[in-house]
Amino acid sequence: MSSNTRIKEQLIMKRPDSMFEMKNHYCPGCGHGIIHNMLGECIDELGVQENTILVAPVGCAVMAFLYFKMDGCEAPHGRVPAVATGIKRVHPDKIVLAYQGDGDLLAIGMAETIHAANRGENITVIFVNNANYGMTGGQMAPTTLPGQRTKTTPKGRNTSTEGFPIKACELINTLEAPVFIERCSVHNVPNIRKTKRALKKALENQIEKRGYSFVEVLSMCPTNWGMQPVDGTKWLEESMIPAFPLGNFRDRGAE
Amino acid sequence: MTERIFIAGFGGQGAILAGKLICLAAMHEGKNISHIPSYGVEMRGGAANCSVVVSDEDIPSPLVFKPDVLVTLNEQSLSKFIDRLRPDGLLVYNSSLIHTTPSRKDITVVAVDANDIAEGLGSSRAANMVLIGAVAGLKPEIASVESVISELGKAVSTRNLELNELNKKALFAGKEAVLTKAKK
Amino acid sequence: MSDKLLMKGNEVIGEAAIIAGCRHYFGYPITPQNEIPAYMAARMPEVGGVFVQAESEVAAINMVLGAAAAGARVMTSSSSPGISLKQEGISYLSACELPAVIVNMMRGGPGLGNIAGAQGDYFQATKGGGHGDYRLIVLAPATVQEMADYTVQAFDLADKYRTVVMILGDGHIGQMSEPLVLPKPTGKTFDKSAWSLTGAKGRDQHIVRSLLLYPEDELEKLNIRLQEKYKLITKNEILYKTYMTDDADYLLIGFGMCSRLARGACDVLRKKGLKAGMFRPVTLWPFPSAELAKAAAGKKKILVIEMNAGQMIEDVNLAIGCSIPVDFVGRMGGMVPELETIVERVETYVK
Repeated sequence: MSSNTRIKEQLIMKRPDSMFEMKNHYCPGCGHGIIHNMLGECIDELGVQENTILVAPVGCAVMAFLYFKMDGCEAPHGRVPAVATGIKRVHPDKIVLAYQGDGDLLAIGMAETIHAANRGENITVIFVNNANYGMTGGQMAPTTLPGQRTKTTPKGRNTSTEGFPIKACELINTLEAPVFIERCSVHNVPNIRKTKRALKKALENQIEKRGYSFVEVLSMCPTNWGMQPVDGTKWLEESMIPAFPLGNFRDRGAE
Repeated sequence: MTERIFIAGFGGQGAILAGKLICLAAMHEGKNISHIPSYGVEMRGGAANCSVVVSDEDIPSPLVFKPDVLVTLNEQSLSKFIDRLRPDGLLVYNSSLIHTTPSRKDITVVAVDANDIAEGLGSSRAANMVLIGAVAGLKPEIASVESVISELGKAVSTRNLELNELNKKALFAGKEAVLTKAKK
Repeated sequence: MSDKLLMKGNEVIGEAAIIAGCRHYFGYPITPQNEIPAYMAARMPEVGGVFVQAESEVAAINMVLGAAAAGARVMTSSSSPGISLKQEGISYLSACELPAVIVNMMRGGPGLGNIAGAQGDYFQATKGGGHGDYRLIVLAPATVQEMADYTVQAFDLADKYRTVVMILGDGHIGQMSEPLVLPKPTGKTFDKSAWSLTGAKGRDQHIVRSLLLYPEDELEKLNIRLQEKYKLITKNEILYKTYMTDDADYLLIGFGMCSRLARGACDVLRKKGLKAGMFRPVTLWPFPSAELAKAAAGKKKILVIEMNAGQMIEDVNLAIGCSIPVDFVGRMGGMVPELETIVERVETYVK
């Protein structure tokens, strides 16, 4: 303070207070860590860490609650929205986060996804779409792109027998009850910032008891895509975004 | 004393309610009872029946396969269940709607013009009450008409409470009909 | 007696759950237990509780998981095919040591079967049903009064041991009306603050999970703890009833609906000069093995009566060490044995 010659240090980014100081288990170039971080920042900024319960899926994020200084619950595969419903109906004043992958949310858990959204449960669903099943080693997901090679589509997804990618936001946008639906991506900084803004809105909606919010995040899985991390961000931009257009589908929060 | 009663008709005739009312009346008199309705694919006009057991002892099975007393409200129920009635059993049937005379000789057969009697009192909807009155008249050990009347308020839904004056008359009329017949 | 209520078994379970302090019910319609969700839909709002009609039995059991993890007294109900769907969730509840009450009003099976009362889920309820080494406390009521009493008790047992308790009835006793006196709340309270999810305010985080990747350090330890708990339950919580067993030559054994038939047959047989007695397990797990062995000692014959192909016979034989001949009267597919059949069978033993 006394010296004017000293270079000022400015902290521009730090680990969110709501997160534990530990290394995560995600692969290099994976998007989960970024999404966790954005979520942690939102929770810090909204001051809801001590009031939040995170429901983790079966999938790569199965132990997501280990990274947050918050209560956590594991759900059977696909049942995150049902478990979150149970928790929220007991604690309507707590913030309940449903964190899910594409197999969990759109394959085995499609019914739970649609019906929790349709009931307008006052929860926040964070949907991480990386176009494959990560934890089990890269099999086809409902969001796998046409022609995309996975362990179970070795010659590429054949749309005549395996169908087309399911578009979660568009599907949920057919329902009356949800108040917020947005698709974002974490392949570059501007989009990471947008993702954070969407997550924050989705959390604010829950805090204000507005109802169901859904945030889809396109995320990299270079390990299972068979790429270097940097190439993963490119592939996401060039292949995934055309199939899953980014943008807000609904925002009744401001109304 | 153990009486196994089976009441059968079509949906809307009040067979299940009749069984419930007999149970309440017998309970009122301190007896053991059980009631179990037919259930299944819910359908207006479909078959509806119930098993009722009234006893001084513990009731083993609430299901009545071979009744001591069979009450039938319509033709189909009579033809379907008459063979199940135990020898020396009692059949009370709604002769307003059943025109086939039962042929079994090993049972007591009592015909009651339940719909006609109820109609005469104001509404054929009380035909089930006429039949309960008949059963109570013939087998007062199950429950008396007075006990049935005292429990009417518990069995009849709130929106039909105004029918209870008619129900009372129908219960007495049923009893009277069978007692008059017995005298003849 | 007129101070008693006349209520249907299924509705009584709903009211008893409310008496026990259950304020969260999640279910999905299936005959013959539809009166339970209907009753809860009407009653829960009156007592400030929550009723949710889930999109499936699978969703319902996972809502139960969430609510139980959040610390609530919670119940779901279904019938056989629906209970099959809940098995995954029951395994998770057991692994996460969450208290919950699950009602199974059994119907005829296998497959879609039919909607008549049956007892074909004995194995499923008592031997597992889902994956892994876990047990449920299984209570088998035989009367409407017991449905009320055991439902209230089930919530205390679930909380006391942090375990799943199943009320195993059948379509007939669910549909049956009998006189009853509604039980009073037991007044027991259980502190869930050490593990329930309420937000990590001023304390370390609570995690409800069953993924334990380290065999020796984590998952085997959980299993050992579970087995110790099951031993304790077996020691403390066995329930059974007997009827005229002391001087009996023949021992009739049945659970739920069939115990009524067994008891009724004893009365008829005694009048005919045949000494028959009844043994009735009330907890099907833990099975009253030692108690049955004691009651069966010196008897000439055992007759098991069930509405299935004889699933309980295995437990009976394990209990008595196959020391006495065991006969069986049973019906399947939603049929109920007739009292006369049971009586006639016992009469053949003396001919």
